[in-house]
Amino acid sequence: MTITNNPGTDVEVAVDMINVVIDGVEMAVPKGTLVIRAAEQLGIEIPRFCDHPLLDPVAACRACLIEIDGMPKPQPACAQVLGEGMQVHTQQSSEVARLAQEGVMEFLLLNHPLDCPVCDKGGECPLQNQAMSIGRPESRFVGEKREFEKPINVSAQVLLDRERCVSCARCTRFAEQIAGDPMIELLERGAKQQVGTAADEPFDSYFSGNTVQICPVGALTSASYRFRSRPFDLVSVPTTCEHCASGCSLRTDYRRGVVTRRLAWDDTNVNEEWNCDKGRFAFRYQTQGRVESPLIREDGELRVASWSEAIEVAARGLAEAAGRVGVLVGGRSTMEDAYAYARFARTVLGTDSIDFRVRATSAEETAFLASTVAGSPVHVSYDDLETAPVVLLVAFEPEDESPIVFLRLRKAARSGTRVVSVGAVATKGLKKMSGSLHASRPGAEADALRSLDDQTRALLAQPGAVIMVGERIAGSAGAASAAVALARETGAALAWVPRRAGERGALDAGALAGLLPGGRPLTDVAARSEVAAAWGVDTAQLPASAGLSGLELLEAAKRGDLTALLVGGVELADFADPALASAAVEAAGFVVSLENHHSAVTALADVVLPVGVVTEKAGTFLDWEGRPRPFGQVFRDALTSSDARVLSMIATALDVDMPADITSLRLELGRLGPWSGARVAGPEGGSGAGASGVVLASWRQLLDSGVMQEGEPHLAATARPTVALVSAATAAGLGDFVTITGPLGSVTLPVAVGDVLDDVVWVPMNSPGCHIHADLGVVPGASVQISAGGAA
Amino acid sequence: MSLTPVITEHWDDPELFSLAGYQRYGGYRALASALKQDPDALIGLIKDSGLRGRGGAGFPTGLKWSFVPQDGKPHYLVVNADESEPGACKDIPIMLANPHALVEGVIITSYAIRAKHAFIYIRGEVPEAIRRVANAVREAREAGLIGTNIQGSGFDLDVVVHAGAGAYICGEETALLDSLEGFRGQPRLKPPFPAVAGLYASPTVINNVETICNIPYIVDRGVDWFRQFGTEKSPGFKVFAVSGHVVRPGIYEAPLGITMRELLDYAGGVRNGGSVKFWLPGGSSVPMLTADHLDIPMTYEDMAAAGTMLGTGTPMVFDQTMSVVKAVTRWLEFYKHESCGKCTPCREGTYWITGTLERFEHGHGTEAEVDTLVELCGQIAGRSFCALGDAAATPYPAALKYFRDEFVAATTTSADEQFDPAAAYVFAGAVAR
Repeated sequence: MTITNNPGTDVEVAVDMINVVIDGVEMAVPKGTLVIRAAEQLGIEIPRFCDHPLLDPVAACRACLIEIDGMPKPQPACAQVLGEGMQVHTQQSSEVARLAQEGVMEFLLLNHPLDCPVCDKGGECPLQNQAMSIGRPESRFVGEKREFEKPINVSAQVLLDRERCVSCARCTRFAEQIAGDPMIELLERGAKQQVGTAADEPFDSYFSGNTVQICPVGALTSASYRFRSRPFDLVSVPTTCEHCASGCSLRTDYRRGVVTRRLAWDDTNVNEEWNCDKGRFAFRYQTQGRVESPLIREDGELRVASWSEAIEVAARGLAEAAGRVGVLVGGRSTMEDAYAYARFARTVLGTDSIDFRVRATSAEETAFLASTVAGSPVHVSYDDLETAPVVLLVAFEPEDESPIVFLRLRKAARSGTRVVSVGAVATKGLKKMSGSLHASRPGAEADALRSLDDQTRALLAQPGAVIMVGERIAGSAGAASAAVALARETGAALAWVPRRAGERGALDAGALAGLLPGGRPLTDVAARSEVAAAWGVDTAQLPASAGLSGLELLEAAKRGDLTALLVGGVELADFADPALASAAVEAAGFVVSLENHHSAVTALADVVLPVGVVTEKAGTFLDWEGRPRPFGQVFRDALTSSDARVLSMIATALDVDMPADITSLRLELGRLGPWSGARVAGPEGGSGAGASGVVLASWRQLLDSGVMQEGEPHLAATARPTVALVSAATAAGLGDFVTITGPLGSVTLPVAVGDVLDDVVWVPMNSPGCHIHADLGVVPGASVQISAGGAA
Repeated sequence: MSLTPVITEHWDDPELFSLAGYQRYGGYRALASALKQDPDALIGLIKDSGLRGRGGAGFPTGLKWSFVPQDGKPHYLVVNADESEPGACKDIPIMLANPHALVEGVIITSYAIRAKHAFIYIRGEVPEAIRRVANAVREAREAGLIGTNIQGSGFDLDVVVHAGAGAYICGEETALLDSLEGFRGQPRLKPPFPAVAGLYASPTVINNVETICNIPYIVDRGVDWFRQFGTEKSPGFKVFAVSGHVVRPGIYEAPLGITMRELLDYAGGVRNGGSVKFWLPGGSSVPMLTADHLDIPMTYEDMAAAGTMLGTGTPMVFDQTMSVVKAVTRWLEFYKHESCGKCTPCREGTYWITGTLERFEHGHGTEAEVDTLVELCGQIAGRSFCALGDAAATPYPAALKYFRDEFVAATTTSADEQFDPAAAYVFAGAVAR
């Protein structure tokens, strides 16, 4: 028999099969299969606590004991590898196995407090369930249970009730094997054995929430969900995480119209069974600071208006500015919403000036995205990372910028994939991936790529090699060109990993000047006619030439060349130059803002139209692979709707027909499909020497000042402290604090010494106490002044 | 059967622990001869001798050595000197009195299994033994017996003396390896077995102190000499450490096959002219026997036939003054205290059983509980992660087999009321020395 492991590739892996008998049922399984997995295939559920398919077997809880012919003692099914001809008897056919399991279950309940009525896990508890299925009806134990203080914090977010713990070690093994954050460990021995942390070193892992989810009892709970609900009162909806381009499958649980928690959901192709703490815990922003009704500006003040009035005003204002309108779509939009903006801009506003990139950008990046990324099918998948001989990271810090990519790279590294990062900092994340640093000063990535060592170059030439570039490549002159050239020379696959969940979808939906949906060049005749046909317009009605990029659009608005802006889901502070963005929105004569929250844009807008957050609408995110991650509407009776529906209302007011519902938009975009014709030319050249003096390295940390993390104090408390990271040589003479000065001002931060290139200072891009765009007026790669900071 | 002092032969020499003292009696002669032989021939020699592990399990030593694959990975020898079994006190006296026998055995064994690093993991609570062995290793290194190109043979060896930190579990060989590597001592999942992936995931042989101390004498004096002692299945001699209610507790080295009655005679009989109530052949982890079993030969096979094990070969003898309830409770308290916590049956089972026994000891319980405890032991034995769970499940069922009435009585009458504790103390009455 052959098994194809990866539908994306045509590699067939020959698998040795062996024949076994489980409870009298003959079956063939691949060599190396564990008894517990084979039994699952037959629908035989063997009790288990420590077993987890993605963790190494430990055989500690002994709940899964089964009998095997020829073996004197019962064996743990979770660790027992099947051999040819093996005769296995589970509790279904062996009294020995049944009694062994019953005995272990009785022991497990011995020191368990049985406080199910006040336990969060009650109702979805493997201990409860399995005690029901295999346990004794009555306990024979009459002694005293051991007691612990309950609960204790292993981090601000994760609480530990040691009395409930059954010492399965799933949490500690997850922390060590999967996350690479062995900050929790089993301490003490015997019945006093307990999970604990080192003194003053809390479990501040980006992935700590997974331990709460895989805990088979109520020992680990989150501050966020503790005592909020009973599982059986919740309604569960499968969703997709909106926080980054990793594309995690989630389960959103709500009660009485309020989301109570989110769990990582199983998707073996993407997030396996994990997610990050931001994706798990950061959702209260959805209910805070909401725009609740349409607003229009009258006498300089925003006032509540009816939908019909607000739509009318918006339509009239945009129509008056026809030809001089720019459109900004935040990178957090769903693909369908971004597509609606793309279509609205071209067919209603008659402009091609649209951009989804609310961050540092460059013309080189635009060319890179248009030529290489937009509309391309999945050509590097998560699974491909596991089999890659080498993965080269450029301007990309996976642990902060795409945490599930980090987990998969770490898994890959554990089985031999080499990870090489082109950058200025050998981060802890890189070390957890056993990665090595190819040194490059920020801004000099192009030169670094061109001077790659022969060994790495040779690895890149091997089949399956991958180059991953982050969104920060836009801020490094020549880097995208160099990466494209390197991929071409070596044959390595090139993947672009944006940070925000909506960027890849927006790119493919055509929310970028010069680029129609599916990666179609605006100026290509065939591409134009395909799109015009799909949109039911004449080709001549589409803009004839490429419009302005986001940066150009802001400058034009500031100059007064654009008189109106249509803005959806944009935080002005996210732009590389927030002052320019503010000035542009202020200068624009007419601003329509589609927003769910009150923001700097809504404060300046002439018409504010409330739209829904991800729980209030259906949609799709394209993850970094280009894999569609569709999700349904959690709250079906939400009062708000999608951006697409609101845009359709404006279009209707202007007598233009545009689909209003997500399904129609999704189908229309799907029918258009990816562009198969010639693409625009890729980026070429670019210097890439970088700035001189002390240079700033920076990226956004996973947990930072991001607006979608608001209202989560426990999560925020697990964020990494804001520090300035420098090499020991650079730190010399700085003292405990460093003052970093840029054109707009300075920040003073504690100095941390790390594995950083000399004369480079790394700071978080947007964390409490350090927002480089607003505070310093710089982007990564800029030269800054540093001086001893004294006390902050 | 007469005593056959070999390892203990010159313990009356107060300088035996030094290199000079050891060499006075032919010390390191075996090493010189071993280094001239082919390593495989040495493995064959030990196989032929039939030497079985003296740590308790009695696994054939030569066979264990032959399991080490020759695959280019470094090999390691680890000596288990973490003697912590209640009632066992033989390795520590050996290390105190004759540490060079251990060191010489380590060098020969390392040479045979092609190990360039050997580790001696000594129980941390006995600094005297650690000092003695460390001193012996230093002396041997200074004499060129450890180091590079030992005695011109081209064989290199370094020996590390490592002190444990006081956990019984670290006497379990895979937990010992974890501890040696710097981790928390808990047993490892097998397979892989240490012979294939042991210390630092490399092939590793783990032997008991006494086992290793046998090696120089077998190499020096030959298989025929060794096999003249003992039986076909249990050849050789054994360091028996007799303790408890006897007149002269101590170390008696005798051929395997000697009976407890003979050992008892050497030890001066039961103290105060009393009689044997129950005794254990080798540590608290083996089932107890009674006065009816004093004439069974002390061999691996005969003890197994009697439903017990030779274990560490350190008999504990208890006379009629002793409450068996009290003795079993003390042992279970030890197992509860030392359970590492990894697996459920041992962690929770010892907690439950000990708590119940403690109530029995004070006269509280029911007859039903007397039987429940047997079931609980059955839920541990063969179900725990490592053999220490099995060990914890051993004392109670064995005691119940012979002394059920006493346990039933204990559910209403405390052990101290049934047996005067003052009379049971080992120093009660006259103890001849």
